[in-house]
Amino acid sequence: MVSRVTDDYERMALAGCEAVCEPAFWAGFDRSSSAGFYDYYSQLTEHEPRRAAKFGLKHFCWVCINAKEAEDVKLAEEVVALIPKFLSRPNVLGIGEIGLNKNSRNELKVLEMQVDLAAWHNQLILVHTPHLEDKLKGTRLILDVLKNDKRIRPEHVIIDHVEEHTVGLVLDAGHWAGMTLYPETKCSPARAIDILETYGHERLWLNSACDWGVSDALAVPKTALEMKKRGHLAAAIDRVIFQNPKRFLGQCSKFKI
Amino acid sequence: MVIVEINHQAQIIDKMTKEQVLNLYFLDARHKLIEVAAFLDRIERAAGKDDFRLKAFHAAVGKLNGTQKEKARRVLLAFSDPTKEPVAHAAGKGAVGAWPGRND
Repeated sequence: MVSRVTDDYERMALAGCEAVCEPAFWAGFDRSSSAGFYDYYSQLTEHEPRRAAKFGLKHFCWVCINAKEAEDVKLAEEVVALIPKFLSRPNVLGIGEIGLNKNSRNELKVLEMQVDLAAWHNQLILVHTPHLEDKLKGTRLILDVLKNDKRIRPEHVIIDHVEEHTVGLVLDAGHWAGMTLYPETKCSPARAIDILETYGHERLWLNSACDWGVSDALAVPKTALEMKKRGHLAAAIDRVIFQNPKRFLGQCSKFKI
Repeated sequence: MVIVEINHQAQIIDKMTKEQVLNLYFLDARHKLIEVAAFLDRIERAAGKDDFRLKAFHAAVGKLNGTQKEKARRVLLAFSDPTKEPVAHAAGKGAVGAWPGRND
């Protein structure tokens, strides 16, 4: 986890986590060239697995250019051209987190470019949906892009950061839906469990946001505790926090835990 | 009751009673509601003009009254951009939490 201290890997291992799945995302600043992305993908595929392995954690990742850096289409084209070289790395699960941020035409263009890349290389897709007031519109636009590419199998796509107003749209389209646990925006543990109780456990999973902002690497274990307090059975908790991610990610032959 | 499918078998677990929900979440919800009230008081005491965010906030608070279900969803929709066309260019990267174009 490039944005976290090593102690977070240790804390996750102590809490019973078995693996980390790290999406390629924004660095908190715009990279000045495609070379910056090359180094970043190297960090995700070489350095971070070694850092996680010190605590017995398996490290998997996704590669892409994120939506926050997609306004510059020329840069995005250069970066997308680098990605195929990394898809064969042993810990790369697919293309992600692609998606939209401000729902612009250029972001959409770069999203379509990367959906095409995923289809061409038969990769799983992890999708980021926009923040706050932009989420609903962005989710609809993303679903349209995925629906329009007939090569994309809905079950090969997880759409992340769903909330009460977008989860139904995602599940109805046949995709997996991820609930990102985040202290200030996105979902709290209590709301995530409300969504599970409303929509069922079939294609939903939980993930801890572990980024540059105020976030908590132990959000998933804490939500498991919250589920227990609400009377959920141990098997149901295991299904949501472990078996479901395993089922989705197991569609990539490199995912083994 | 909540129906949960485990190993392809539907299992039923007890859903919390209203009393259990209150025991688990009332103090937390009370605390958050008072924070909202204090925020609105703070805005009223402050000088200057407010903007579309406060308007959206009041619209969202209005979704809490009454017997309509899916209140969290309705609140989120009150803050959301309802338009469908992509914007020409991304003006910055951040989101502010409310859509500036709402008129209600």
